[in-house]
Amino acid sequence: MTLTINPEVLEGIEFDEEGFMVDADDWTPTIGETIAAILELDLTERHWDVINFVRQEYADKGEAPTLRRITKVGGIPTKELYQLFPDGPAKIAAKVSGLAKPTGCI
Amino acid sequence: MKTLLILGAGTGGTMVANKMSEHLDANEWKIILVDKDETHYYQPGFLFIPFEIYSPQDVVKPKRDFVPPNVEFIISDIEMIEPEQNRVKLAKRSKWIDYDYLVVATGSHVHPEETEGMVNGGWYKNIFDFYTVEGATALSRFLKFWKGGRLVLNITEMPIKCPVAPLEFLFLADWYFTERGIRDKVELVLATPLDGAFTKPRASAILGNMLENKGIYIEPEFNIGEVDSSKQVIRSYDEREIDYDLFVTVPTNMGAEVIERSGMGDELNFIPTDKHTLQSKNWENIFIIGDAGDVPTSKAGSVAHFMLDVLIENMQRHMEGLELRSTFDGHANCFIESGFEKGILIDFNYDVEPLPGKYPLPGFGPFSLLQESPANHWGKMIFRWTYWNVLLKGGEMPFESQMSMAGKWA
Ligand SMILES: Cc1cc2nc3c(=O)[nH]c(=O)nc-3n(C[C@H](O)[C@H](O)[C@H](O)COP(=O)(O)OP(=O)(O)OC[C@H]3O[C@@H](n4cnc5c(N)ncnc54)[C@H](O)[C@@H]3O)c2cc1C
Repeated sequence: MTLTINPEVLEGIEFDEEGFMVDADDWTPTIGETIAAILELDLTERHWDVINFVRQEYADKGEAPTLRRITKVGGIPTKELYQLFPDGPAKIAAKVSGLAKPTGCI
Repeated sequence: MKTLLILGAGTGGTMVANKMSEHLDANEWKIILVDKDETHYYQPGFLFIPFEIYSPQDVVKPKRDFVPPNVEFIISDIEMIEPEQNRVKLAKRSKWIDYDYLVVATGSHVHPEETEGMVNGGWYKNIFDFYTVEGATALSRFLKFWKGGRLVLNITEMPIKCPVAPLEFLFLADWYFTERGIRDKVELVLATPLDGAFTKPRASAILGNMLENKGIYIEPEFNIGEVDSSKQVIRSYDEREIDYDLFVTVPTNMGAEVIERSGMGDELNFIPTDKHTLQSKNWENIFIIGDAGDVPTSKAGSVAHFMLDVLIENMQRHMEGLELRSTFDGHANCFIESGFEKGILIDFNYDVEPLPGKYPLPGFGPFSLLQESPANHWGKMIFRWTYWNVLLKGGEMPFESQMSMAGKWA
């Protein structure tokens, strides 16, 4: 386990009351790693596949993808997503990727 | 001769056919409407079938009754849309139709087979949906002789059409089992992927309270992974299990399969649509009404109605070479049946969540917003008459397309 938290990285970064970053454009991979470490997630390559997909979706559409979209378009099976992010993949992946809480539902 | 082709003769497509037939010059335009089904279903009525308030006959009428005489109505499955070629292929005699403008109104449909184990073993034995007339009718037969136990209602994933229908189902179940004198033998559970009763915070809190007061238990953030019908449990992806005696599901909702075949949809076969103009994001001569699009508001008949004026105006503007108006605001309103002849009314749009207050409806008097009242129940029951006689024909409804803040307590 290489869970190192370097809180300085998060200095000046604004979070909402649920811990989602307020400005997604402030995000860097280092910030992502730090948020993950706080959530006690050890990021593997597979996590990064998800995070990169989520960031790409944000760049294209301006919001976090739904779980189904990560599965169907991102190509990562739902079961695996729950292994990677046990507390709820869509939400936690958005959090680690510096995005707002996914709305996805109306 | 130019052609306006409308795909789907449900709530949205029927309204568009009626309105456009008034607006377009019959010497210049041919209007064609296609649907695979001859029968129009009043879907909001499905909710009442399990509890024997409506029978299946109460929710059907022939589609033809609602098609104006100058519209050509074809009953056929739609096989393929080729938006680059401006043409559509029908299953019937493999006929191709070329169009100048296309309106897609193919709706949203349930897919229980998307969930592992759902349609094995228990399907229509002690597992039912109520989003189809078949499911609602089978459930009604089951409930008639049910002695009680644990009823679990689950929403598979969002979005679903009429997102309040699952709550209404539970409120009515509470009333129905009370009437039958077995409420104490029935446990009611809502397992939902949402973090509360509804998608919008103020309404969620109020509706959540109502569930609690009626003794309905809620299991939030439950994303169903599988149904094990031999053990009668549902299991979430994060491995929570809930036992059931009766499992009522709101299955995954998806746009029509023809949208997927034609490569026009997103991961749920909903068509990317400009949320203010209702024009397709990819093809300028295609407009989308109702549940078929991906606009971020509720999928509901009332919403299709609020879209209508904007869509009609924009299509005509486009025909005239004018710029489109971005006037659709996501307006939605629903009467929520809460049991014991009472109801709630909610009214909201893209920017304003449902708020408490009074809804000033000309000719009908005020309806209480986000609060139970008998008037709201009657509003819901009258809706069926209004639907058949006014709404489908594109007639004037006493509701404005754009939401108003009048009477709301912000
Ligand atoms: C249980 C329940 C309760 C509801 N309660 C309410 C309520 O209280 N208030 C409210 O406003 N709304 C309610 N709704 C939602 C409302 O019924 C829908 O939002 C509305 O009907 C959507 O209209 P539409 O035109 O988009 O689709 P639909 O009315 O579903 O029409 C789609 C049409 O497309 C046709 N079609 C699809 N694919 C093809 C194909 N390949 N070939 C040919 N034809 C095809 C179908 O046959 C259908 O006729 C409820 C829905 C349900 C299920």
